[in-house]
Amino acid sequence: MRNIWTIARREYRQYFISPIAYIIALATLLWVGIYFVVVINYVAAQAYYYAPPAPGVSIVIGQMATIFLLASPALTMRLLADEQRMGTMELLLTTPMHDWELVVGKWLGSFLFALTLIGVSLIYPLVLHTMTTGGIDQGLLLSGYVAIILLSAVFLAIGTAISALFSNQFAAFFATLAILLALWWLISLPTYVLPPGTISDIFNYLTLNGRFNAMLDGVITNADIVYHLSLTALGLFLGTVAVEMRRWR
Amino acid sequence: MIQAIGLTKDYGARRAIENLTFEARQGEVVGFLGPNGAGKTTTMRILTGYMPPTYGTAKVAGFDILEESIEVRRRVGYLPETVPLYPDMTVFEYLKFMADLRHAPNAEDMVDDALALVGMEDRADGYISNLSKGMRQRIGLAQALLHKPEVLILDEPTIGLDPAQVVEVRSIIREIGKERTILLSTHILSEAQQLCDRVLIINKGRIVAEDTPENLQARLVGAERVILRVRGEADDLAPVIAKIKGVRDVDIQPDGTLAFQFAPNVDVRPEVARAAVKAGYDLLELRPVGLSLEEIFLQLTQETAKEK
Ligand SMILES: Nc1ncnc2c1ncn2[C@@H]1O[C@H](COP(=O)(O)OP(=O)(O)O)[C@@H](O)[C@H]1O
Ligand SMILES: [Mg+2]
Repeated sequence: MRNIWTIARREYRQYFISPIAYIIALATLLWVGIYFVVVINYVAAQAYYYAPPAPGVSIVIGQMATIFLLASPALTMRLLADEQRMGTMELLLTTPMHDWELVVGKWLGSFLFALTLIGVSLIYPLVLHTMTTGGIDQGLLLSGYVAIILLSAVFLAIGTAISALFSNQFAAFFATLAILLALWWLISLPTYVLPPGTISDIFNYLTLNGRFNAMLDGVITNADIVYHLSLTALGLFLGTVAVEMRRWR
Repeated sequence: MIQAIGLTKDYGARRAIENLTFEARQGEVVGFLGPNGAGKTTTMRILTGYMPPTYGTAKVAGFDILEESIEVRRRVGYLPETVPLYPDMTVFEYLKFMADLRHAPNAEDMVDDALALVGMEDRADGYISNLSKGMRQRIGLAQALLHKPEVLILDEPTIGLDPAQVVEVRSIIREIGKERTILLSTHILSEAQQLCDRVLIINKGRIVAEDTPENLQARLVGAERVILRVRGEADDLAPVIAKIKGVRDVDIQPDGTLAFQFAPNVDVRPEVARAAVKAGYDLLELRPVGLSLEEIFLQLTQETAKEK
């Protein structure tokens, strides 16, 4: 546990001296902010004619999911690939630390950074809360934030695993992006053409996108939580296997 | 402290080391001497728990490198060949990070101690990216020494340093070698002789010789070529020198000097000097020229073959 924390803490601090992390933070908050202002203005203009439903927290969270799809690979690409490139992997792998502790620590560092971003994004729902009569639906606020936290855990775990396979961070970036796109969106495609039934249900079960939208609507099932946590665990497990395989080469 | 039994490592179809068996006793400084590609780094990576051997095993500080890798790593300090540092950290941050990974109870004190040992206290707050090669090497050493390990494994600790830095690093190693078991690798014969209690000579993945520096020196006397310079032409001197018992391979160099070798265990140099003077020459120089590692291996392996 202690090793995990040591690794995670260094990684978390590294983000604050890395330009890429600042760009990601800025881009996320700026994009969500612009979208937020546009939607609010639009709804306010509509309100001149009739009383539209107040926008909910999903206008913030939905955008964050899209941005995290791109940002996660950028946050995880150097985690293990750079250690390999700089030769510091030899150092880490000869300290009294288990390989899984290294992988989990790396992931945790990036997850804590994502949590920081998610935390800062709370200002938008707070603003929304003061603007709308009666305030926003707090159940939806909670489920929306649970959804984005679960999703980022999965994205970052997959990114960490892929970073362990490469010593070039850009290769790690694109490989991660490809896999995230596949999990997010591609595997839901068959459901559009397949007749409803077991096979279609399996694809539906696997796609992250569908689950995410359901969670944004306030429906979080045990299956959702199990699915996201299993994917996270799987990513971390595969990352550990990748690190172990490096030793045998 | 280190006991290697039949270590063998294959990289794919390529065998890097074959059946290495050796030991380093408590408090001993053991040198691994061999040219590039001999298998020094591979052996050290196995002993430090970085990679498993294909065959064979080893015990380090009393623990099995395969079964009890974590216990071994707890007790070993390792300086890899390319010193692994994070350029965007300060010296202190880096060493503190390593001390935390070593579970040091009082990490900051340990960092201070290690920095003092390598004489870098004044650089604690400097960024690693701003350090010279010699300073980086010392930080690498500090990292290996942090947790006061029972066993130190140093892979070519003086490679790529300028002469002044080499002297510094060697004196640090000599200092810590007084109380710790050290296995260090080098491709420089004189370095191994200066620093080590015992030298293992390794070539093409096999140990070709093992001895104390003194014995090694004795075995290699005469393995050296000697250059003889006199005033004027040495042509007429050559037959005179060649007649001396024990002298062999006499030949005239392009620059007019005379080179020869002599059989091990009989140092003929005084006799050669007298003969030259007696023949009426002014003796200007009588100088041994070092052999390359390859020639040393040849010498040592021929000798072992003869013994058999
Ligand atoms: N990762 C690797 N993959 C394949 N071959 C390797 C690898 N590392 C070393 N070798 C080969 O193994 C042999 C021993 O290398 P090494 O242990 O680095 O020798 P040294 O440290 O004595 O120079 C060399 O022939 C080298 O080319
Ligand atoms: Mg080497």
